[in-house]
Amino acid sequence: MEFLGYFGGVFEPWAFMLLLGGTVGGLILGATPGLSPTMAVALLIPFTFHMSATHGLVLLGAAYTSTVAGGAVSAILLKIPGAPANIATALDGNEMAKRGEGAKALHLSFLSSGVGGVIGILLLIFLTPVLAQWVLKIQTPHVFWIAILGVTVIGSLDSKSFVKGLLSGCIGLWLSTIGYDEIQGTERFIFADALSGGIGIIPALIGLFAIPQVLDMMAKGRVDSLIEALEVPKQKLSASIRELTKYVRALSIGTVVGSIIGLIPGVGGQIAGLVAYDQSRKMSPQREKFGTGHPEGLVAAESANNAMVGPSLVPLLTLSIPGSPTAAVLLGGLLIKEIFPGSDIFEKHPEVVWTFINSMLVGQILMVFFGIMIASWAAKIARAPAPIMAAGVLVLAVFGSYSVGQSVGDVHIMLALGVGMFILEKFGFSAAPLVLGLILGPIAGDNFTQGMTLAAAQDGPWVYFFTGTLNIILISLVVASIAYSFWNNMLAPGKKPAAGPATEDAK
Amino acid sequence: MTSRRMQHILPGSAIFLLASVVTWLSFTEQPAEAFLFPRVISVVFISLAIWNLIRAVTGMSKVGRGIPVATLKNLVPGLIVMLAFVFFGAKHLGFYLGSTLAFFAIYSFYDPALWTSSKDWMKRIFVTVAFMAVIYALFAVVLQVHTPRGILF
Repeated sequence: MEFLGYFGGVFEPWAFMLLLGGTVGGLILGATPGLSPTMAVALLIPFTFHMSATHGLVLLGAAYTSTVAGGAVSAILLKIPGAPANIATALDGNEMAKRGEGAKALHLSFLSSGVGGVIGILLLIFLTPVLAQWVLKIQTPHVFWIAILGVTVIGSLDSKSFVKGLLSGCIGLWLSTIGYDEIQGTERFIFADALSGGIGIIPALIGLFAIPQVLDMMAKGRVDSLIEALEVPKQKLSASIRELTKYVRALSIGTVVGSIIGLIPGVGGQIAGLVAYDQSRKMSPQREKFGTGHPEGLVAAESANNAMVGPSLVPLLTLSIPGSPTAAVLLGGLLIKEIFPGSDIFEKHPEVVWTFINSMLVGQILMVFFGIMIASWAAKIARAPAPIMAAGVLVLAVFGSYSVGQSVGDVHIMLALGVGMFILEKFGFSAAPLVLGLILGPIAGDNFTQGMTLAAAQDGPWVYFFTGTLNIILISLVVASIAYSFWNNMLAPGKKPAAGPATEDAK
Repeated sequence: MTSRRMQHILPGSAIFLLASVVTWLSFTEQPAEAFLFPRVISVVFISLAIWNLIRAVTGMSKVGRGIPVATLKNLVPGLIVMLAFVFFGAKHLGFYLGSTLAFFAIYSFYDPALWTSSKDWMKRIFVTVAFMAVIYALFAVVLQVHTPRGILF
């Protein structure tokens, strides 16, 4: 119950203002089609650079929570998911809105997001310290394998093609080696002056997540992107709460599925909503109503999306392995504050970590409150013109990537990575494994080099890296994640892959 | 050979070329200790790149729709503005002036409203000025980020 002692930090005026701003801003950004939660959090990181670690993380945590929930607004009113996590929400939510039940759909969406989110954060509170104790047993070779596992899991499960997913991870790992090697005092892969300091995490994150979306908006050309949003007639909140109590089964399925998926390193929220929706449909006596505007599907999907948020931070805070692409961006936010996740994070930075976690708990409640408040004028939010967004995000990306290191070279790197990622995405590559490779690369690289040095003094690299129970378990997990994806992609052509939206057009 | 297959061969070849360069450098550059980890990565990288290229050449690579010519045509003006802004405007004109021009150019070009209507031009100017005022307040006043000034500001 240590976390209770740090609740005061959340209600300090400046921290609470950031929490409020992050929640409302996150809801608006999430509701805007084309602005993903990952991109929103990546664009916010430069602002946190000038804040204390606690305040910066409070802002990022609030934005993370509320952008995921806010994505439901455009999914329901426009049938355009604000984020990949909201794809399942659009299936029934939009049908409800077409029937004139837009307000009910939005209320149910925010309420179920809140319930799932609170339970997810409680899991984070109680699981993380336990896992952190277990992490004490982990040694150099294990950390290397865990980092590799993070890249292979997300590379094989979060991509449209597992070959391209793993290739993306490899590109990320290679990018992480660019720059000056401090141990040997030598330069590696420095093809231009801008690369001499290596590739900064923040410019890379902004470029990889924001620029492809800017280019996607431009790719549509001069088309009228103001899709008519459905009207939102008024609805009493009490009626929506009563309605929610009818769907306890869907709420429970969504929360459990979201929590479990959040805990799996690298998998993230993209698939939580779809898996919960699918499971809820299978277990429902009214399964034929799913897809026709049945609230059960909406409740399952939205509770899963937000239940995933808290558990996705468990592997992040203890093992440095993000549970989702947005959590990967949060890891970047921690690293620039020189907070290194691991077994001792609760001993070294208890105030920062517990205030951050507590703020996410309070943020879930604020998110429900403000989400319901904005429901009546949500239609207007969801119709922000694409040309303004494209130009605005570009300018923010340039200023954001410059402001951290005050280097024009960082801006060049940001744009080069962004344009490159846009092209790669069009050919089935994915940004998430590349980012994971970039972030986990130094962890894997340092532990590999250290491990090789230690192995040379002991029984050699084979014994050091490939024997021992934990090594074997981790290697098995790496192999299993690749084999599972290989089976889905190559050997079972008739079978739909499990990775949800990212794999919807997988071969 | 279909144009779709060709679309997959081009990035597949580019990635193979990159992987080859990375592998070559990893195994030839010195000191070897500094390139130990890159060597491990490059072996996996080149293997996957070869596999990916074979799939592209044999037409097995079907994931990803490529970049159609129409999309490319839509992209070119915006891309030129982006590149001019980042590689020239930001440094030589100044971040704020460069950003204002880039924002206005991108917004005006992709805005579906009429280009002949003075009312729409006024709206574009107003939105640009308002947005840049917010950016200036955030970065120059609140965060006190010193950006290159260029010829004006």
